Order: sequence, then structure tokens, then C-alpha cells
Amino acid sequence: MSTVDILFYLLSAFAIVSATMVLISKNSIHSVLWLILVFFAISGHYILLNAQFLAIVNIIVYAGAIMVLFLFVIMLMNIKKDAEPQKQLLVKLTGVIAGGSLLTLLIAVVKQTIQIQGKQVLLKEGSIGLIHPLGKALFSDYVIPFEISSVLFLSAMVGAVIIGKK
Amino acid sequence: MTILAFDWGLVIEKLILIAVVVFGSLGIALYTTFGERKVAAILQDRPGPNRAGPFGLLQPLADGIKLIMKEEIIPTAANKWLFILGPGLAMTASLMTCAVIPWGSDIELFGRKIALQIADINIGILYVFAVVSMGVYGIMIGGWASNNKFSLMSSLRAASQAISYELAMGLALIALLMTTESLSLKTIVQQQVQGSWWNIVYQPLGFLLFFIAALAECNRTPFDLPEAENELNFGYHQEYSSMKLGFYLFAEYINMIMSSAIMASMYFGGYDLPFFDESTVAPNIAAMIGVGTLLIKIVLFIFLFMWIRWTIPRFRYDQLMNLGWKTMIPLALFNLLITGALILANS
Repeated sequence: MSTVDILFYLLSAFAIVSATMVLISKNSIHSVLWLILVFFAISGHYILLNAQFLAIVNIIVYAGAIMVLFLFVIMLMNIKKDAEPQKQLLVKLTGVIAGGSLLTLLIAVVKQTIQIQGKQVLLKEGSIGLIHPLGKALFSDYVIPFEISSVLFLSAMVGAVIIGKK
Repeated sequence: MTILAFDWGLVIEKLILIAVVVFGSLGIALYTTFGERKVAAILQDRPGPNRAGPFGLLQPLADGIKLIMKEEIIPTAANKWLFILGPGLAMTASLMTCAVIPWGSDIELFGRKIALQIADINIGILYVFAVVSMGVYGIMIGGWASNNKFSLMSSLRAASQAISYELAMGLALIALLMTTESLSLKTIVQQQVQGSWWNIVYQPLGFLLFFIAALAECNRTPFDLPEAENELNFGYHQEYSSMKLGFYLFAEYINMIMSSAIMASMYFGGYDLPFFDESTVAPNIAAMIGVGTLLIKIVLFIFLFMWIRWTIPRFRYDQLMNLGWKTMIPLALFNLLITGALILANS
């Protein structure tokens, strides 16, 4: 086992444990904090794949900005664990079955995808995650989707400003 | 054993470097608190701390001992783990920034070429941003875990202020990155060492915006709204006592040192001594001169921070938000457009 393998298993275990804790924490603030740790673990995986730009943007945008807003909302709403309405057992059971089926389906689909069958993950090599190749790809091959998504962001921003002005 | 097939010399070298940088910043931060009180005293025409040791030089040690010896109080209604985690997180985040700052040019020791930088990663400046955005969690978690409404209000203020000014900071920085075409701090500094001008010449407006945003990110006056004691008693660290309070206060000073180092590296040539050709002296001596130059630049920036703190009164909260969103972000966008147009005209 090489260092990369060890790091991969450590990060994966870290991600899965944190993600489980997001679900089973009674306190919603704790859930958010565990979710931040999940993002860190995923960023660690990106770094193993030599996608440093992606890793750091994941931390800045998700762990740094979006989760702060999550914390904001939860802290201001002051959610108490006793006051939260408990769902009925039947609803919980249905959720578990539906979620489990979705997970099985997704794993099956990913396992059968031709594009990744018999291929190996490029650890520590490959340069698409670095900033120069990524910028080139975004502004040449994928320029139209990129511009369309920026228009989408702009419209979301305008919408937020209009709602805020009401 | 393939697991242990590292370059152990590199590991030891980096560990020593990390220890020197971390303890060095802690030491400088200790004396920055002393410097702050002396600068305040000079600006207000009074002697300042002068009892502990010659010229009051032992004052920071006395303060440190006092903070450690004080009684540790964790409020019964507080969330214990998060209450302890808060100051630790604030301290960690402020110290982590030092990993990408180039402190000097390479030195040669025992036949090895040692870079005076902990990690030269090709996304250096984005790493700084990521760490800065982590720093706000220390304040938010501490404020919330105290279970005190003043602390909570203050931490929410701190978070919204940090997010608002991070945008202006990022936009000011993008204009600089367009001219340097690199995100690595080492490359940016080396361009300035080899080129004829520092980046401040190309980006005066960008620097001004970056500096104002840095003041806000460090919670320094006139942006110290999270600590507005006339509205919020004491701020997000109201319930903290002993060394936990000390950590919060200390983290602020370390943030100040790190942002000074970043500004010196990005806009003022980093370890570049002006009007001096480094290639005329031995590389080790040149590196030492470089480290000294960077430290002097950092001290000058810290003095500027203090000078502003003891001169300008605090903003009102709506003024702070107006300045951030309605003045700095449009100016940063304008700066971005001008820079883009000039680059296009030159190419």
C-alpha cells in the first residue's frame, strides 16, 4: 500500500463517518459542522487526484461561504431539538426504503457505465484539475455552457435583489 | 517498506521551517500587543506600559502569565465542546495562512537547497482565501456556543462582515492576478524581484481596496463592529475568560501579521529590497537580507493598522454594509474592467 492508498482510505473513512454524523446529529448546528468536515474530506480527495484548484474552490465556496449562510439561518431560527416535529414511523420507514433503492440504483448504474469500466483512477497525475488547463477548457471547449451558467447566476442574483427590496 | 520512502531530509527541513514560522509569528504577535499599546500611548500623548522591565518590555509576558493563571469559566448553559473548539479554530485558521508566504529566497545549507517557504502551491493565494473564510467559523461557533444573545448577535455581524468584504477583496485580487498570470505567491514575488516595478504601481486602486478589505477581515477599527462594546457589551468573546479569551485576541494580531505579509508579498515586492542587486552577495546572505526586508515591511503595515485604529472612529453598521456593497464592489469591478482593457490594449 502506498501513501496515496493510505490517504485515500483515511479520507474516505473520514468522509463517510462525517456524513453519517450529519444525519444522526440531533442538533442541527452540529449537523452543519459535520457537513463542513465532509467538504474537507472531499477536497482531500480532489487533491489526491491532483485537482488543486477544484479542491480549494470547493473549500472557499461550499465550506467557506454556503455553510456560513446555513449556520446563519439555523442560528437565527434558533431550532430546538424538542420543538422539532417527529415524523411517523411509517413515513420514516418509507424514506429508508426509497433512499436505499436510489442508492442501489445509482451504484448499479455507475458500475455498469462503459466509460469507466476497466479504467484506473489517475492519482497524483493528470492536469485537468489545475488552473491553466481548466481555464483553457472552460473558455474554449465548454464556453457556451459556461456562459449560460453565468447568465443563470446573474438571473439568480437579480432575483435575490428584487426579493430583498420588497 | 514503500510507505516510508519519503525524502526524510525534506520532512525534517519543513518541520523546522514550520516550527520557526509558527513560533516566530507567535512571538511577533506577543510584541505586537505591546506595540499596539505603545502606539496608542504615543498617539494619545501618554507614556503607555512602562513598569514591567526596561521600557515596559516585559509587559507582554506579564499579560500572558496573567491570562494563563486566571480562572477558566465555562458557562453552564454553553455548549461545552463547541465553546472550547471556537478559540482553537480561530487560532488555527490564522496560523495556517503562513504556509504559503515566501519568507525569503532559497538558502543553501549542508548541500541542500532550502526554500524559505513552507509550501509553494500553484494556487497559493486561493489557499489564503480558503483559510480566511475558515477563520469566521471560530467566531461564529464561539459566539453561538456561549449561549448569550450579545455573543450571537456579534458573531452574526462578524460573519456577514467577513463575507461582504471577502467579495471586494477577491475582486481586487483578480485584477492583480490578471497582470501576474499566476496564483503562486512565490512566482508573484519573483516577478517583482526581477521586474522593474512592484505591483503597487500597476494596481494602486486594487491595493487600496485590498487594504480596506483586509482591515475589515481582521476586525480592526474602523471595522470592529463585532466588538462594538457600546452596543454589544463586549462582543462574541463576552463569555470567554482566561487563555481562551487570550486566543481570540491573539488570533486577531496573528491575522494582522499574516495579512501584512500577504499585502507586502502581493503588492510591495515581498522580500525584495529596492535598489539592491541580490546577486552581488552570497545566496545565504541575500536570503537573510530578504527575510529582514519582508519583516520590516510587515512591521510598517502593522504600524499603519494601528495608526488607523487610534485615529478613525468606528463605522455604524449600515455604513459598513453600504461601503462594502455599494462602494467597494463597484470600484473593484471598475478596476477589473480597466485592467482588462489595458491588458487587451498592450497585447
